[in-house]
Amino acid sequence: MRRGHLTIFACTDPETLSGLNWLICYLTTGKHLLFYAAFGTVLLLLAITAPAAMAFGFGGAMAARSRIAPLRWFGKGYIAVVRGVPDIAFFLFFVIALDQGIEYVRHKIKCPDWDQPVRQGSDFLVCQAAKMPLGNSPQWVHESYGFALAVLTFAIVFGAFAANVLFGAMAAVPRGQVETAEAYGMTSRQTFWRITVPQMWIYALPGLGNLWMVLIKATPLLFLLGVEDIVYWARELGAAKTPRFTDYPHPDWRMWYFLALLVFYLAFTRVSEIVLARLTRRLSYGQATAGGEAMRRAQA
Amino acid sequence: MIDCLDTIADYGLRSLGYGERLLPRSDFTLCQQVTLIGSGMIWNVYFGLLALIAGFGLATVVAVGKASSKRWARKPAEWFIFLFRGSPLFIQFFFGYFLFLSLKQVSSAFDAFASAWAGALVVLFLNTAAYTGEIFYGALQSVPRGDQEAAEAYGLTGWRKFRRITWPTMLRLAWPAYTNEAIFLFHATTLVFFTGFPAVQQRGDALYYASYFADKTFNPFVPYPILAGFFILLTLCIIAIMGAVNRRLNRHLPQAATRRPRLLPQIIR
Repeated sequence: MRRGHLTIFACTDPETLSGLNWLICYLTTGKHLLFYAAFGTVLLLLAITAPAAMAFGFGGAMAARSRIAPLRWFGKGYIAVVRGVPDIAFFLFFVIALDQGIEYVRHKIKCPDWDQPVRQGSDFLVCQAAKMPLGNSPQWVHESYGFALAVLTFAIVFGAFAANVLFGAMAAVPRGQVETAEAYGMTSRQTFWRITVPQMWIYALPGLGNLWMVLIKATPLLFLLGVEDIVYWARELGAAKTPRFTDYPHPDWRMWYFLALLVFYLAFTRVSEIVLARLTRRLSYGQATAGGEAMRRAQA
Repeated sequence: MIDCLDTIADYGLRSLGYGERLLPRSDFTLCQQVTLIGSGMIWNVYFGLLALIAGFGLATVVAVGKASSKRWARKPAEWFIFLFRGSPLFIQFFFGYFLFLSLKQVSSAFDAFASAWAGALVVLFLNTAAYTGEIFYGALQSVPRGDQEAAEAYGLTGWRKFRRITWPTMLRLAWPAYTNEAIFLFHATTLVFFTGFPAVQQRGDALYYASYFADKTFNPFVPYPILAGFFILLTLCIIAIMGAVNRRLNRHLPQAATRRPRLLPQIIR
């Protein structure tokens, strides 16, 4: 009983601690718990962005295949421009552009009788009611709005990469399959949804798997978008602390914090790699590809 | 027009520290933005070009190591590739910067590495060597068996066989993917000044100046498209140069069999 008592109250006076006890207490301070929670932010970002980027990608690929010329130009332009320009430039651009775009639309709707120009020199002025989020909103609304903008930005940028992969995959479905569908009298819409889309995944999987890895490795860029993510906390917690400001003074430990992040990402990508390899095996089953053929031979 | 020439004279080499010291603070003209962002491109080209050339050499060694049947050569190469391909470049920059800061305390030999021109270059060099090494390794595995056998039939062995048969074929097979890697390496150079590495006296790269203008004018619709224009231009240059090399590597083949390098989706960071 006494021992349990001791460990619970051990962290109240850090100066008396030493060795392992000090480390345990240090690693469970309030700010460290926020740091650990930030890993959840990264996973949440991935969980939302991956399907959103897929949706953007699917839309982009369909647009690029469209028979309507302007739509096709838009789809191809979307793919080409996002791929031709550094992704960080897009992140920095879209976060401001989306924010201003949303405020501008709200401004036009909510304050129709506003007569001053929105852009005055170096200022972007909209009426109070159009501010997003509203000036008097609580802190968590501001944070969620920032996070939502980040998610949308990620989805737009990675949607272009996904569009490229899906566009290629749709074209890779054997021509004979499509021709057979046409011979059975299917319309082009039916052919697309019943023949092309179900079969394209095996061709898209290597590209999408790679994209997933790229997406994982892009998550630290949240830091640039102003979200308090793991990079933010690693910098914050690792910086040298003097006894005046903290109970746990230490020299500059940022190197070790970033080493920990490095290990986290290595483990994450490794696990993803293994899962993707299994998924590829599952999807290859019964397919008219080299992989599927090899599995068929192994069974025969 | 005359104004703009003055601006170019003042800010054309600003990213290297020559010309006007103070950056424009208000009444930004289009000419100023184009000039300064273009000036920043010098750093992007510097980082990209040197890392690419140095990385090419190390990548060959790493690829040969990974393809080796000897454990002592294979394992380090595999770990090197895993380490740099499995983690974000952004984190590698941060880790590298703080590592060099710590090493600076130990020895003044590391002073230079705590600044961007050397430290970030080392990180980029190792990173691109790992990505290129994996590409070269894949190409090495697909060198046709017949080529090797023909070489042996001609009495070529060991280093001479590698130098004259295996290596050129590997390059030829890897070239389209390598072109892609080069493009994304140049894109990755924009990260440098957004990690720990400081831009001393506001001497930064193209994205550094673009975000400077976007912050000051609160208008992203001018500086970022300018930056995009510069990068699309740079990408076209890379494709042209790499395409010329590709044609030379494939010049002995029937022309119908050669393909133009395409932007392959596989190797992006």
